Amino acid sequence: MIDRLKQIKLSTEKRIAEVSDFDSLNEIKVKILGRKGEITGLLRGLKDLLDEERAEAGKIANDIKNTLENMIDAKTAELKKMELELRLKNEKIDISLPGLPLAGGGKHPISQVTDEIKAIFIGMGFSVAEGPEIETDYYNFEALNVPRDHPARDMQDTFYITEEMLLRTHTSPVQVRTMERLAPQIPVKIIVPGKVYRKDDDATHSPMFNQVEGLLIDEKITFANLKGTLMLFAQKVFGERVKVRYRPSFFPFTEPSAEMDISCVHCQGDGCRVCSYTGWLEILGAGMVNPRVLQYGGYDSEKVTGFAFGMGIERIAMLKYGINDLRLFFDNDKRFLKQF
Amino acid sequence: MGVSINWLKDYVDFTWTPEEVAHRLTMAGIAIEGVEKDNDDSILELDLTPNRGDCLGMINLAREVAALNRTDIRIPEPAINKSTEKINDYVAVEIADPDLCPRYTARLVKNVKIKPSPDWMQTRLQSAGIRPINNIVDITNYVMLESNQPLHAFDYDLLSEAKRIIVRRAEPGEKITTLDDIERVLDAEMLLITDNGRPIALAGIMGGQNTEISDQTVNVLLESACFKGTNIRKSGRKLALRSDSSIRFEKGSDINGVVYAVNRAAALIQELGEGQVVAGIADCYPQPASLSQIVLRPERVNNLLGVTLSPDQIQGYIQSLKFDWQDEAGSLRVTVPSYRPDIEIEVDLIEEVARLHGYDDIPAVLPYGDTTHGGLTTYQKFRDQIKDIMSASFYEIINYSFVSPRYADMLLLADDSTLRNVIKVANPLSEEQSVMRTLILPGLLDTVSRNLARKNSSLAFFEMGSVFYPREEGLPKEVLKLGAVLAGKLESNWLKQEIDMDFYYLKGVVENLLFKLGMVDLSWEETEEPGYHPGRSAAIKCKGQTLGVIGEIHPLVRQNFDIKPRACAFELDMETLFELSEQRVMMEQITRYPAVERDLAIIVGEQTKAVAALEVIRVQGGDLLQNVVIFDIYAGEQVPEGCKSMAFKMTFQSATRTLTEAEVNIRMDEIRNGLSTQIGANFR
Repeated sequence: MIDRLKQIKLSTEKRIAEVSDFDSLNEIKVKILGRKGEITGLLRGLKDLLDEERAEAGKIANDIKNTLENMIDAKTAELKKMELELRLKNEKIDISLPGLPLAGGGKHPISQVTDEIKAIFIGMGFSVAEGPEIETDYYNFEALNVPRDHPARDMQDTFYITEEMLLRTHTSPVQVRTMERLAPQIPVKIIVPGKVYRKDDDATHSPMFNQVEGLLIDEKITFANLKGTLMLFAQKVFGERVKVRYRPSFFPFTEPSAEMDISCVHCQGDGCRVCSYTGWLEILGAGMVNPRVLQYGGYDSEKVTGFAFGMGIERIAMLKYGINDLRLFFDNDKRFLKQF
Repeated sequence: MGVSINWLKDYVDFTWTPEEVAHRLTMAGIAIEGVEKDNDDSILELDLTPNRGDCLGMINLAREVAALNRTDIRIPEPAINKSTEKINDYVAVEIADPDLCPRYTARLVKNVKIKPSPDWMQTRLQSAGIRPINNIVDITNYVMLESNQPLHAFDYDLLSEAKRIIVRRAEPGEKITTLDDIERVLDAEMLLITDNGRPIALAGIMGGQNTEISDQTVNVLLESACFKGTNIRKSGRKLALRSDSSIRFEKGSDINGVVYAVNRAAALIQELGEGQVVAGIADCYPQPASLSQIVLRPERVNNLLGVTLSPDQIQGYIQSLKFDWQDEAGSLRVTVPSYRPDIEIEVDLIEEVARLHGYDDIPAVLPYGDTTHGGLTTYQKFRDQIKDIMSASFYEIINYSFVSPRYADMLLLADDSTLRNVIKVANPLSEEQSVMRTLILPGLLDTVSRNLARKNSSLAFFEMGSVFYPREEGLPKEVLKLGAVLAGKLESNWLKQEIDMDFYYLKGVVENLLFKLGMVDLSWEETEEPGYHPGRSAAIKCKGQTLGVIGEIHPLVRQNFDIKPRACAFELDMETLFELSEQRVMMEQITRYPAVERDLAIIVGEQTKAVAALEVIRVQGGDLLQNVVIFDIYAGEQVPEGCKSMAFKMTFQSATRTLTEAEVNIRMDEIRNGLSTQIGANFR
């Protein structure tokens, strides 16, 4: 009997080792260890043996049973692992295929640049002020020291609604409106983003475009403060290494007036096509608020001073993103919009 | 205007190269656009700001160079031969409208020989862009370029016997044929030079043909006058006529320079035209102007510029401009020369100091003072938030605020629609941009149309911008709107998961947006908005107020905009959205008791609205009903004609206990009863 048991062990071990699927393994399990299995059958015959023999055979039979059960368990685990591996292998996908496209979207580059400029000045303590796009002649011109028939009106070709009403040519009317609202409170510290309109249409002019205007009125505000503020702005938008320069200019609402140039973002000042080989790019106009404008706004120009600046957002965006035609901003082609 | 360097050197000495002069002038506010070589000369291209019209005259430009170079200028001295004749025997000058002509002078040169001017003069005129004609006309132009004082020459013998010049406003409808051979019809605000009642020149703009200098001219009457700039500008615009003369008067001329200019011209005619100058000047100057004086305070200079210039330095800059000044208790009382009409108040002098000092030599210092926190208002943040949400799945666009008036018809607006009541631009660039928009929609549809034409697909755009409504009085009403448009399917892909961007897709976008904005108590009501499909559009309401409209675009409108695929759009009112949004969120406890889900399919008439069934389910479900969603809608086989099947999934849950089957069953029974009695539902 003992021989028989050992024989079963040997043959079963071999079969388990060879088995490669769950069904066959289960078959072996039932045939050898099951209720009607060979070992169970042999154990049933123990009662016919002598005591000594029985004890020894019983022990051996149990050992073999345990060994085989362990082997089957191990084999089951092995088969499960193989099965999983096979499944994972079969589930392999082509990761190079494109992902499921989600609905795309994004802010207009003008909004993005406006947000950036807003954030810079909000960081310096400025608030955002707004005003109507259809303005009176008074706020757009007269209160900004541009009387009727002043040659400076030629600087901005204006769309009129009536004699007295027009599409604002700059965001500056909001300066006057804000001063009127706050005077004599100080400081006045605002930036004004918004749409403006001028009668012009070509690759570098659009009949509608966007400006950001800034105004700071307080005691002891100087031209040096204007330069300090704009320097910080230029560095934040165009990088720490940007250089700036100022040229005297003329705006009826500021005196002294200046135009700020930055070193060309394209050639870093060496001279290239973008900067017409000058190394400089004109980006904004600025100056000390003209005392007459302060007076129109309700401030005593002997007690407070202020600076103002204004820039075209399209201009900044064009330099920042290398956009060569202003009209692209209002053409709204998806292929353009999705790049930002 | 072109400026010859060689010519400039007649008046001022400098050793700078043309490029250096250009740079220094530019950095002092006299912008030079470019430098061009011209044989042994260089030509500077001037790009003057409107306040510095004086630099259109070589002498004034030389003053700028001299101030930068700290040197003196040379002004040619007109040397006129003695004569025993008196001007008053030849001509009388009178100003009838001194408000438009504060000064008028005339001088007579007799027996001139008309011929071409010498080569050097012709070259100089050409460098400035003026065509040489004959010695007399060339001399008037030359002196204008030199002194910035426009001159005019009349053929004296073509004047009337009376030789009586009167400067007066034109009669309405009065006519004059100008030198360019065009008959001009005048109005009562235009100024004329007349001779015995007959117009002989359009003051300050152009001479008349009737007294033009010709080869036969023998005696020349020179005019040098001062006309009011704003009037010249207005008249020039009305007549669409600008000349080298009117450009200069518009920018403000030098009332004290008229005599120098007329003398200089007379002297040149004497020299180059072999004429004899009659003694004396007919000078009509009813109210001689005094020079303005401005007090310049050194501390004001420093306080405004943020510099620490000594009084000596400041005096030095004023001195370099050759302005007269006197010390007045530590300040400078500066006498402003009449050739600088741009200097009116103290700050104008401060600018002179600043630009001569050099803007780049002013330090850059951040402002200090009380800190301000600045930032955005709640409404501004709200708008930014909406842009952020929308831009997750839509591209933001910006369209012009002015549109074509044809849009009203293209959008099928009713004849009496208030949206047809538009604000018109009086002087538009084109008809296509001639009225202010009353809707965002046309720009959205134009954008879709243009993108489709360029084979762009899966279009989803939004725009936030103002629309404009006229008002009886005051400025128009500007209303900020949010509009969005969809056309096509979500991007096509190899997985073939195609999603139509239809009404329900857009409605989902709006629902998500409104949810994020904290809008509650929403309702969607059928509506017939112009431009939209009458069976596929809705008014979106919150707490009874209309937020806006959503819908599929009407097929005829699509046709008008050349849009082939179906498209959907919405347009919401930003201020109403803001008023009704509740940004405050209070957390609700999350229950730890299990949820029970139940499905229910009903059969109802095909016209029954989903919202009617949902309303019944919510009411009958009571507090325990946490959520209900529609998961299937079906009509066809196994559903009776004229009916549809709707299937709902309901979730019941309590915050305080585990629900029993029995409790849920009671709720379900009530829901069934409700559906059956209130909307006539049958059950499958």
